[in-house]
Amino acid sequence: MTLIKTQHNRRSFLKVSAAAGGGMLIGFNWLTSCTSQVKEGIPIPKEWFEINGYIKIGDTGLVTIYSPNPEIGQNVMTSMPLIVAEELDVNWDHVVVEQGALNPDAFKKRQFSGGSLSIMQGWDVLRMAGATGRRMLLEAAAKEWGVAVSDLTVSEGIIKEIKGERTIGYGEIAAKAVDIKVPEEVELKNPKDFKLIGSFKKNVEGPKLVTGKPLFGIDFIREGMLLAMIEHPPAFGMTVKDFNREEIVSMNGIRDAFTIDISVESTRLVATVFPHLIAIVGDSTWHLMKAKKALKANWESISELENSEMHTQRLKRDIEKGEIQESRKDGNPEVAFSKAAKVIERTYTAPFQAHNTLEPMNFFAHVTANKAELIGPTQTPGVLKSNASTLLGIPEENITVDITRIGGGFGRRLYVHYGLEAAAISKKMGAPIKLIYSREDDMTAGIYRTAYRSTYKVGLDENNNIIAYSARGVGFREGAIFPNRFPAGTIENYTATKLKSESNISMGAWRAPRSHFAAGAEQSFLDEVAEAIGKDPIDLQLELFDRAIDNPIGEKNEYEAERYAGVIKLVKEKANWGVETPGIYRGFAAYFCHNTYVAQVLDLIMKEGKPIVNKVWCAVDCGIVVNREGAINIIQGGVVDGIGHAMYSEIKFENGSPTDNNFNTYQLIRHNQSPKEIEVFFVESEIKPTGLGEPGLPPAVGALANALYKVTGKRYYHQPYATAIQDQSTIETTLKG
Amino acid sequence: MAVFNLNINGEQHQVDVDPDMPMLWVLRDSLNLVGTKYGCGIAQCGACTIHLGDVAMRSCMLPVSQVGNQAITTIEGLSEKGDHPVQQAWLEHDVAQCGYCQSGQIMNAAALLKSNPKPSDPEIEAAMNGNICRCGTYVRIKEAIKSVTSNT
Ligand code: FES
Ligand code: FES
Repeated sequence: MTLIKTQHNRRSFLKVSAAAGGGMLIGFNWLTSCTSQVKEGIPIPKEWFEINGYIKIGDTGLVTIYSPNPEIGQNVMTSMPLIVAEELDVNWDHVVVEQGALNPDAFKKRQFSGGSLSIMQGWDVLRMAGATGRRMLLEAAAKEWGVAVSDLTVSEGIIKEIKGERTIGYGEIAAKAVDIKVPEEVELKNPKDFKLIGSFKKNVEGPKLVTGKPLFGIDFIREGMLLAMIEHPPAFGMTVKDFNREEIVSMNGIRDAFTIDISVESTRLVATVFPHLIAIVGDSTWHLMKAKKALKANWESISELENSEMHTQRLKRDIEKGEIQESRKDGNPEVAFSKAAKVIERTYTAPFQAHNTLEPMNFFAHVTANKAELIGPTQTPGVLKSNASTLLGIPEENITVDITRIGGGFGRRLYVHYGLEAAAISKKMGAPIKLIYSREDDMTAGIYRTAYRSTYKVGLDENNNIIAYSARGVGFREGAIFPNRFPAGTIENYTATKLKSESNISMGAWRAPRSHFAAGAEQSFLDEVAEAIGKDPIDLQLELFDRAIDNPIGEKNEYEAERYAGVIKLVKEKANWGVETPGIYRGFAAYFCHNTYVAQVLDLIMKEGKPIVNKVWCAVDCGIVVNREGAINIIQGGVVDGIGHAMYSEIKFENGSPTDNNFNTYQLIRHNQSPKEIEVFFVESEIKPTGLGEPGLPPAVGALANALYKVTGKRYYHQPYATAIQDQSTIETTLKG
Repeated sequence: MAVFNLNINGEQHQVDVDPDMPMLWVLRDSLNLVGTKYGCGIAQCGACTIHLGDVAMRSCMLPVSQVGNQAITTIEGLSEKGDHPVQQAWLEHDVAQCGYCQSGQIMNAAALLKSNPKPSDPEIEAAMNGNICRCGTYVRIKEAIKSVTSNT
C-alpha cells in the first residue's frame, strides 16, 4: 500500500504573494487570437476580468486558463490548466485554454518543458492559482450579499448560499473579484474531492489539430516576413571560410546571403552546434532549397574529423580510463568477486541517435534597433531570451518570446541555437524572418544522443546468491550509470562508476537521458542473471527489493523500494506473468527515472519470420494521475519510442559527417513495426504527481531485449537490435535449428 | 516563373511560381495553407499528404506543373466543419501527441477508407506505413481508423 505523502493531504494552505493577483498583463498570443474558441452554449464575453496570471473570467462565465509551459506533445496544455480548473472549481466545458507567452512573473514559475518536470514542479503553483481565484470570487460574492465566505459553497463556477436561495455565477461576480485583495493564504482541496484531476480529458487542441490550424512555429506567418535557411559545415570539426555569394544572391527569389556568428558565452542549453553558418534569405522555401543546392562553400578543418570506428575504440578505452563523473562503492566488491564461485560479465552498447522531431527546427525573429520579437518552438523560452539579449545587445525587457505548439521535443528543443540564428539573420536583414531547417539540416546539425558502452558484472556464491555487483559505463557526454539507483541498496558488495569520453560531435539530452540505455542494459543483464541462477526474473528483482525494504544497504538510494516493487507486482498480475502461451514470447523490465516507476511486460509473436510486438502491459506509479487520457497516451508513446529506437535507429559518422541525413536511410519505427496493443495501468495514489514524458520509454528497451531472447535464444547486447538480428542468421532459421 | 490555376478545397487559386515548385511549398508559402506539413521533402514521412482527386499524394514531391486541373484537397478542406468521420474518430480516440504528423495521417487514412472502406489490419498497416509518427501514436491511429470502418 502506498501511503499518502502529500503535504496537502489534509487541510492546508499556501502563501500567495500580493503580486500574484492585481490585474497583471498577459502576453497577447497571436496563435489563439485569430481562432477565438466558442464553447457550445456560452456566449462570447464582452468583458474579461483577469483574476491572476493564469485565469481570465468572461462576463458570460467562460473561463480562459493560460498554460504556462511549452507543449511538446506531452499534453501539458491540457493537464496543467486542468489542475487550475480543479481548484478554481469550474466546469471544464466552460474553459478555454490558451498558451501563455513567456512571463515567469505572471505564472510564478519557470516556463520550461524538460525532465518530465512540468506537472511535478507545477503542481503547487497551479493549485495555488486556481484556489486563489476561487477564494477571491467567493469573497466578492460574500461582500456583495453581506454574508461570510463560510456561508457560501461553490461548485462548477456557481456560488450558492448554504442556507439561502441566492446563487451567482463566476461570470457575474468576476468584475467585483478583481478588486478583492489577494488572500495571504488559501485552502486547497482534499485530493479525495477532486473531480477533474484523475478523469479522462481529451487534448484541448484536438479540434485545431485535426483541421490543420496554424499552431506550430513552422506555421507562423507575419505580413512581409522573409524566409531563411542555413547551410552548416558538412562535418563536426569544420567551419565556414567563404562561399559563392555573388552567384547565390543573383538567383531568382533570393534576397541575400551571408555568414552569421551566434557564439555567445553561456550555458550548455545554447549548444551552438556550429557557431558560424551560412544564411540565405529569400521569398519561398523552395527558392532557398534551390539556392542551397547551388551553394559552393569552402570549409576548413578546425579540429579532428571523427568517425564511428574511432568512437568505438575510444569508448573501449575510456570505460577503463575515462574521466570518472560519479561513483559509489558499498562493502568490498573486489574481495567478493575474487571469492565468487561464478562471475557473469556482459557488455552493452548503443550508437549515436538523432532526435528527429517531426517538425524541423525553425524560429521567427523580428529584431529592430532596440527590440526583438521571437516566436517559435522552444522547450526553454527563458534560456532563449537571456541568450538573445547577450547576442543582440538588447536588454531582456525589450525582448519577447512567444511559445508556439511544438512538433516534438524529446530534448532537442532545450537547445536554443536555432532561435539565436533566426535573431542574427533578422538583425542583419533588418526585417522579420522565419528560419526553417531542412530535414537534412536538422538531422546533420543534431544535438545527438551520445553512443554508450556499459559493462555489468555479478559474482555468485556456490548457492547462486548474488554476492557482488559491478556496473561501469561510459559515454561521450556522460556514461549511462546512475550509481544510486537500483540495484544499489540491495547488494552487499556493490560498485558503480560513470565515466566520460571525449568527442567533438554536439550532444545533448535525448528523451530520458542515460536512463533509456541504462534500463535496457541493466534489465537485460538481470534477466540473464536470473536465468543463470534458475530464477524467474520478476521473482529475483522482487527478492532484491525485499532486501531494500527491510534492510537497505547505504543511505543514498534514490528510489522507494515499495513503490518500485509495487509496479512490478501490478504488471505481473495484469499480464498474468508466469502463464506460458504457445507462440508468445515474453519479456519483462522495470525502471525508475524522472521520479516515476514503470514496469512492463512485452509479448512478441512471430509473423512471416519477423518478431512483432503483440502487446505491452505497463504498470505506472506517478502518484496522482492528472489526466488519465493524456497519461495513457504519453506512456504508450514512450513504449513505441523505446522499442523503435532500440530496434532500428542509429546514426554513424565518417570524416566528421553524419552518414544519414533523412528518413530514407535513418530508420524510425513505422506503423507495421509498432506494438499492436499497449495497455496502461496506474497505481492508485494520493502522492503528489510526477512526470510521464520520459519514464515510459526506458523499460521498453529491456522488455524488448528479453522477449527477443525468448524468440531467438540469443541475447542482444548491441543496439540497434534489428541490425544484430540480421547479423546473426534470420530468426526463422534460429527457430528451426 | 509561370502562372498556374489550381483547384484547392473547391476554390480556384492562381499562383505565379516556378513550375518545379512542389505543391507543399505552393500551399504553405504561396497560399498560407499551412495545415499540410513538411517533414522530409523526399516522400518518406507522409506529413505533407494531400489528395489529388481521391488519391493520397506526397505534396513535397509533386511539382505544381503536374497538377493540371485535378482537384486538390488539403486538411483544411477535408470537411467544412472539421467533422469528417476520420477527423471525428481522431478526436474520439484522442490520437495526437505533438500532433505534427496528424494532418498527414488523417489525409492518408481518409484516402485509404475511400478506396477501401473496410481495410484489414495488414491493409491498414501497409497503407499507413509511409506516415511516420515520431511521437508513436500508431496504436491510437489504428484504433481510430478501425472505429471508422466499424461505424460504416
Ligand atoms: S514531407 Fe513529404 S513525405 Fe515527408
Ligand atoms: S503526434 Fe507527434 S509526430 Fe505524430
